[in-house]
Amino acid sequence: MKTTWIIAKRDMGSFFASPVFYVIATVFLFLHSFTFLNLLDSFSGQSFQAERFLGAGMSLSLNEMVVEPILFNMAVTLLLMIPVITMRSFSEEKKNKTLVLLLSSPIHLREIILGKFLACTGIVALMMLLSSYSTGFLIWLGEPEINPLLTGYLGVFLMSACFVSLGLLASSLTENQIIAAVISFGLALFLWIVGWGVQEGSGVVGEVVTYVSVLAHLVPMVRGVFDTGDLMYFASFIFFVLFLTYRVLESQRWR
Amino acid sequence: MIEIENLSKDYGPRRAIDNLSFQIDKGEVVGFLGPNGAGKSTTMNILACILPASSGTVRICGHDVFENSLEVRRRIGYLPENPPLYQDMTVVDYLKFTALLRQVPSRGVSAAVDRVLEACSLEDVSGRIIGRLSKGFQQRVGLAQAMIHNPDILILDEPTVGLDPIQIIEIRKLIQKLAEAHTIILSSHILPEITQICRRVIILNEGKIAAVDSLEGLTASLRKGERLFLKVRNSAENIVDQIQNVHGIISAQEEGPGEFRIDAELDSNPQDALANLCLQQSWGIVELRRTALSLEDIFLKLTLEEKVPEA
Repeated sequence: MKTTWIIAKRDMGSFFASPVFYVIATVFLFLHSFTFLNLLDSFSGQSFQAERFLGAGMSLSLNEMVVEPILFNMAVTLLLMIPVITMRSFSEEKKNKTLVLLLSSPIHLREIILGKFLACTGIVALMMLLSSYSTGFLIWLGEPEINPLLTGYLGVFLMSACFVSLGLLASSLTENQIIAAVISFGLALFLWIVGWGVQEGSGVVGEVVTYVSVLAHLVPMVRGVFDTGDLMYFASFIFFVLFLTYRVLESQRWR
Repeated sequence: MIEIENLSKDYGPRRAIDNLSFQIDKGEVVGFLGPNGAGKSTTMNILACILPASSGTVRICGHDVFENSLEVRRRIGYLPENPPLYQDMTVVDYLKFTALLRQVPSRGVSAAVDRVLEACSLEDVSGRIIGRLSKGFQQRVGLAQAMIHNPDILILDEPTVGLDPIQIIEIRKLIQKLAEAHTIILSSHILPEITQICRRVIILNEGKIAAVDSLEGLTASLRKGERLFLKVRNSAENIVDQIQNVHGIISAQEEGPGEFRIDAELDSNPQDALANLCLQQSWGIVELRRTALSLEDIFLKLTLEEKVPEA
């Protein structure tokens, strides 16, 4: 467990030592702030109108009109950015031949994978934390419901963790970082859109596809529904993909 | 300390190493010698638990590298052919990281780092980014990382490759110093290096052991004749034929103007007769000496002799 932390710390350090993190975080915060300001503007316009036409005392839901869309926007931005965060994890180590250092040290492969997973989710968590100034602003000036806000943030974070695990899997497959990024982006986007074609009442297959889709578990959480079933989905998804990564790395030794 | 039995490794249809068996005792310094692609790096990768073997067993300090690889990895320090360096870290941070990876207790980390910094003469560059260091310093950082946890066994894959002559001498001195307290396996295709550092040589060729012996043993067993060097002032035309007619001399070859390489039968001592001949013909001896068969010759002999039956 200690070695996991050592590896995570080194990986995080290398994010901060290179411009990668600063560029990603800046772009992320810019996009986030831009959508936040737009949503806030349209919300204030609409609530002003609502007050004029529907009479005083009638206010629109801050959660529904600002918090939810902002979280969905954040989820989409992360969908685009996480592949760039995770692409180097194993690809760069393979290319620079530094993976040998980890493999010849007295540590388990699972500790290496877990360390890299922690580093990347830590980076995502930090980015989300930096962007949370917007919700802090809402709480300060308005009165959004806190619980849906918390489950929403948790949902986006868990979704990010799923995408990080996919990114690690893609990165373990190749020593080319661009290929790793493209594969993990493709997998994540597929997971996002896989439920779109499912019609109401299309039987068992439809249900399975819907269950696999990450959106089906993210949407309720952002809307404030906290279900342990969704937590189970995220946890088992991450576990399964990290396990696949483990098998991939182990099988590469045998070649 | 290291026991290898019937070790083989296949890369698909290609057999990289074929049925290797040998033992290395505690405190030995052993050199792996062989042309590129002979299986040196593959063998070292198996010893360092990076690659699994296709068949055969390797035991290090009594632990099997496959079944008990964590125990083995605790006891070895490995410097691969490309030093595994994180280019964006400083030397000190990198060494601290490797110390923690090798499970040096956190209280002992800075002492361990100081020890290897001193041993590898890296104190002056300790705060610099590894990617900005010269190749020689990077190689030394690689060596420092291999010895940070003071392992019993050091596995060094071509530690001097790509260095300039001065750096080579420095690294060589360092390895000689390390040899006092560690068991070292070293690979190289540069022969003088092996002769200076190693007490025992394992010559690999096409995945097989061509010879295992001490340096003296190898030289002695392969000396089937004497080799002489003759240099004269006045070179005549038929000088080679005349030299070959001397009793005990097998062949003579002109190496340069007035310089000859002469192979003679063992213990035939043709020096007197040669000197007489030179005086009679007034060639004017500049130099006449016996040359020892170098490891280079042995190496070529061994690797070429193997190929002859195949052709």
